[in-house]
Amino acid sequence: MREYTKGIKDGLPICLGYISVSFAFGLMAKRGGLSVLSSVLISLTNLTSAGQFAGIEIIKSNGTLFELAFATLIINLRYLLMSLSLSQRFDEKTGTLKRLAMSFGITDEIFAVSMQRIAPLTFTYFIGLMTLPIIGWSGGTFLGAFASSVLPETVRLSLGIAIYAMFIAIIIPPAKKSRPILNIILISVAISTILSFVPLFAGLSGGWRIIISTIIASGVGAFLYPQKEGE
Amino acid sequence: MNNLYLICAVITMALITYFIRLLPLTFFRKKITNPYIKSFLNFVPYAVLGAMTIPDAFFATGSIISAGFGIATALFLSLKGKGLLSVSLISCLVVLILNSILFQILP
Repeated sequence: MREYTKGIKDGLPICLGYISVSFAFGLMAKRGGLSVLSSVLISLTNLTSAGQFAGIEIIKSNGTLFELAFATLIINLRYLLMSLSLSQRFDEKTGTLKRLAMSFGITDEIFAVSMQRIAPLTFTYFIGLMTLPIIGWSGGTFLGAFASSVLPETVRLSLGIAIYAMFIAIIIPPAKKSRPILNIILISVAISTILSFVPLFAGLSGGWRIIISTIIASGVGAFLYPQKEGE
Repeated sequence: MNNLYLICAVITMALITYFIRLLPLTFFRKKITNPYIKSFLNFVPYAVLGAMTIPDAFFATGSIISAGFGIATALFLSLKGKGLLSVSLISCLVVLILNSILFQILP
């Protein structure tokens, strides 16, 4: 139970960050012609930002299901790496049902917060960690879709920085302590920036950009700083 | 937009997203011992978050100027060892103040 409460506590900042992002998603979905119910249903079943935003764009333009499936696959492929990374952190005896339940909650932020935990990861902690973000993500979508204009534009835009400030707060402390981590972050940021602004890569979706940056930067990291036994 | 299409679309997105998430965690139980792969997986979260933050954060607030100050605030506070929630809230506040001023001058 203490593990669950700890998870809930660690999940609160993620939940708050999610409310503003999913609020924006709710607004966008509603403007795109979706009902409040279907907007919330998408958030509840998908629990992912970039994938949902891209999905709405495709649904709005009546894209084929194949196009939708492919875009979802590419943008969310990074979860494959995260899920693999997480598989290394749980006790080997953790059962299949528990793994199936936890898999649902793998998002960038939940993953990042769970990975910064020094104590061994447990099922109870992870479920606790998932709880509030799921509520925040669906609730924020509902608020955004339901009252598409409660917040003044300036406030809504300003909340856009919340999620990124959180990412920064997650990666800076370890980067301060570890030179290799700092270097990998810098490499990843550099590649991501190049892919965003060099015209040659203009056709690249955000999902691909993140996948490519991650694989190259982590690959360089693995090559330069292989992990010694017992670390 | 008809309902059948919408339902199929939601299910397609949900199933694909879920399968990507569950495959490695559910079916990969062995501990990886290869030092290169272990190191690679350890770097993944940092690389992912870095790539997602820059450059996108600069375009998240409707003004590169306010976003830039928001990012700088977050960096500064994180270096000072502040927690996730306070870093996030104070950065939002900084951006909100700047946006309120900027959107007055540049309508």
